[in-house]
Amino acid sequence: MTDAATNPGAATPRKSSLLTLDDRTRRRNASEARFKAYGITAIAVALFFLIVLLFSILRSGLPAYTTTVADVEFTVTQAQYEEAESQLFKTKAYEQLFIAQLQDQLTESGMQVEFDAAAIERIMGKVGGNIREFYQANPDQLGQPVSFELSSSSRVDGYYKGRVTREGLQESRFLQLSDLDLVDALAEAGIIRQAFNWNFITGADSGVDNPGGAGIGASVVGSFFMMLVVLFLALPIGVAASIYLEEFAPKNRWTDLIEVNISNLAAVPSIVFGILGLAVFIQFMHLPQSAPLVGGLVLTLMTLPTIIISTRASLKAVPPSIRDAALGVGASKMQAVFHHVLPLAMPGILTGTIIGLAQALGETAPLLLIGMVGFVARGYPDGIAAGFVDPNSAMPAQIYTWAARADVAFYEKAWGGIIILLLFLMTMNIIAIILRRRFERRW
Amino acid sequence: MYDAPASEQKVTQNTTKIAAHKVQVFYGDTHAIKDVDVQIEDKTVTAFIGPSGCGKSTFLRCLNRMNDTIDICRVEGDILLDGEDIYDAKVDPVQLRAKVGMVFQKPNPFPKSIYDNIAYGPRIHGLAKNKADLDEIVEKSLRRGAIWDEVKDRLHAPGTGLSGGQQQRLCIARAVATEPEVLLMDEPCSALDPIATGQVEELIDELRENYSVVIVTHSMQQAARVSQKTAFFHLGNLVEYGETGQIFTNPVDKRTESYITGRIG
Ligand SMILES: Nc1ncnc2c1ncn2[C@@H]1O[C@H](COP(=O)(O)OP(=O)(O)O)[C@@H](O)[C@H]1O
Ligand SMILES: [Mg+2]
Repeated sequence: MTDAATNPGAATPRKSSLLTLDDRTRRRNASEARFKAYGITAIAVALFFLIVLLFSILRSGLPAYTTTVADVEFTVTQAQYEEAESQLFKTKAYEQLFIAQLQDQLTESGMQVEFDAAAIERIMGKVGGNIREFYQANPDQLGQPVSFELSSSSRVDGYYKGRVTREGLQESRFLQLSDLDLVDALAEAGIIRQAFNWNFITGADSGVDNPGGAGIGASVVGSFFMMLVVLFLALPIGVAASIYLEEFAPKNRWTDLIEVNISNLAAVPSIVFGILGLAVFIQFMHLPQSAPLVGGLVLTLMTLPTIIISTRASLKAVPPSIRDAALGVGASKMQAVFHHVLPLAMPGILTGTIIGLAQALGETAPLLLIGMVGFVARGYPDGIAAGFVDPNSAMPAQIYTWAARADVAFYEKAWGGIIILLLFLMTMNIIAIILRRRFERRW
Repeated sequence: MYDAPASEQKVTQNTTKIAAHKVQVFYGDTHAIKDVDVQIEDKTVTAFIGPSGCGKSTFLRCLNRMNDTIDICRVEGDILLDGEDIYDAKVDPVQLRAKVGMVFQKPNPFPKSIYDNIAYGPRIHGLAKNKADLDEIVEKSLRRGAIWDEVKDRLHAPGTGLSGGQQQRLCIARAVATEPEVLLMDEPCSALDPIATGQVEELIDELRENYSVVIVTHSMQQAARVSQKTAFFHLGNLVEYGETGQIFTNPVDKRTESYITGRIG
């Protein structure tokens, strides 16, 4: 067409030079350049938002992984032990011993701060009880220096993380301005310091009044058991259903209807599956409330359409010539499917499954409806079977519960939980990529 | 052999391997094959020629019931293999296809190693008792497929890594590995260059010793070169069937003549 415009009639000599661009080419090049620019802009915008997101998650979430602890080296002699045990308020006696030694340590470091037992309790909790428990359990430690790591109250923790400031502090029975002077002095003496918060990773949810003790470990376990249920139900059911529909089912009104419904199910809001699970699994079948088993069943229902759709797509993508080849050498239909089609479709099936699982892992709404709310995750299940049926929560529901609590200290926990959730999702995606690579190489 | 004129080709009288009687094929409402009667001989290469869309592939696929995989396809009439009706309700198409092998238009090796490509059929049919047996079958089949020398050093390399012509010969070797009695080939050379075509044609001629070969081709030269019998299809009808030499030099039907002289195509 271009030739016709610039070079009409083959007989006439060429008028335009190859060395100069004609208008049409220039316009074409310009529009191509514009298109590329749009693309790059779109990617840049997406990257920008991704970075903002990651940054804010890390900034708000990382503090959840540190905690403020008081390291106190401390000695109780046999005589002191016996004297304390003989008193009426035993823990008070231990607290007095503790305060006396702390005072000494501060003076040694050259600091003069006045404080009383109440201040210590506001900062480090009820130390007397902890100390007594320790020596009752380990009487052989009497007379030797023992290093206690006491976790500080969440307000002191907040002081280090900027939640609590001297200016904004409202004096209360939880924390007073003079306590902060003591905290500063203790920090300077190297007694109060920041430590990695293992409890956040390994612990269970705590009460609303104890944000410092909250951990996500129990709900990670809950999520794990749910994912097991989803994997072992949704993968075989989904793949079997897809293989049947794609390779064996006759094409008629019924299979068309099923196909339409599967596509529609994939678009049903997850909360609908939640209320369905509540009605069917809990109210009708009387399965236990808040159990990861039920959560897994609900999420299986939700994940099945995703798996079926992606499995069918990857089965469709296998060239029909492979089926012909297998049938041509006398393989049965089932042999053709299982020996040749399925291995080729495997990367796609795995990707679909893992995307489905990742979706399920991040799902909150249906879990809330079947009672897997965060505060249920108060401890680890004791055993595999209990893991499926004991009340537990799951990561996203736990995060939701924390975010909804009044104490701002929980807000940081919610962000910290999101980091863990994202780590799990990333791990799953990486597994998906590795599996896909492996199966592709095996062709 | 393929430079010998068609008329000089040796014509032998063989027994009938496949007998088709009043075969009709419908794709939904489309009547693709009409009243076809044909007797395909053993140890003979039979060529199906005709303009495209005339039903050559459709009829070929009836012979090993590959049409069963197409939902809307319906076959009527009788097709007898050694006197047994292959469309009988008692016949399992899987068993039939082990006897009637097929090579497709586009080379379609399994995305597995060359060895596994050949070994797959014998494995699922239980033809080898042990590994040594299987190795022997693989070697024999690859030799019959005239590709042994080219691949013997890389049996465990992917079959999809071969050239088009090699892939097609691999597919032929795969088809003969299950010891079929009939070999169906649907335009086996249409995706190949002239040299690969020559090799495959030579191979087809050798296969005639052991098998009854039915080959669909759109190339009349190819039909003349490799076949002893030729069937000319037109619009779903079998117009003329006879000795290849006679069809090409002295066709009875006007339509056959027009086609081979290039007026229908
Ligand atoms: N799978 C199919 N579904 C519907 N019609 C088909 C199908 N395959 C072939 N046909 C029709 O059957 C007729 C014969 O086709 P085919 O056997 O492929 O011809 P040829 O191989 O001689 O070119 C054609 O009209 C074609 O449109
Ligand atoms: Mg064809």
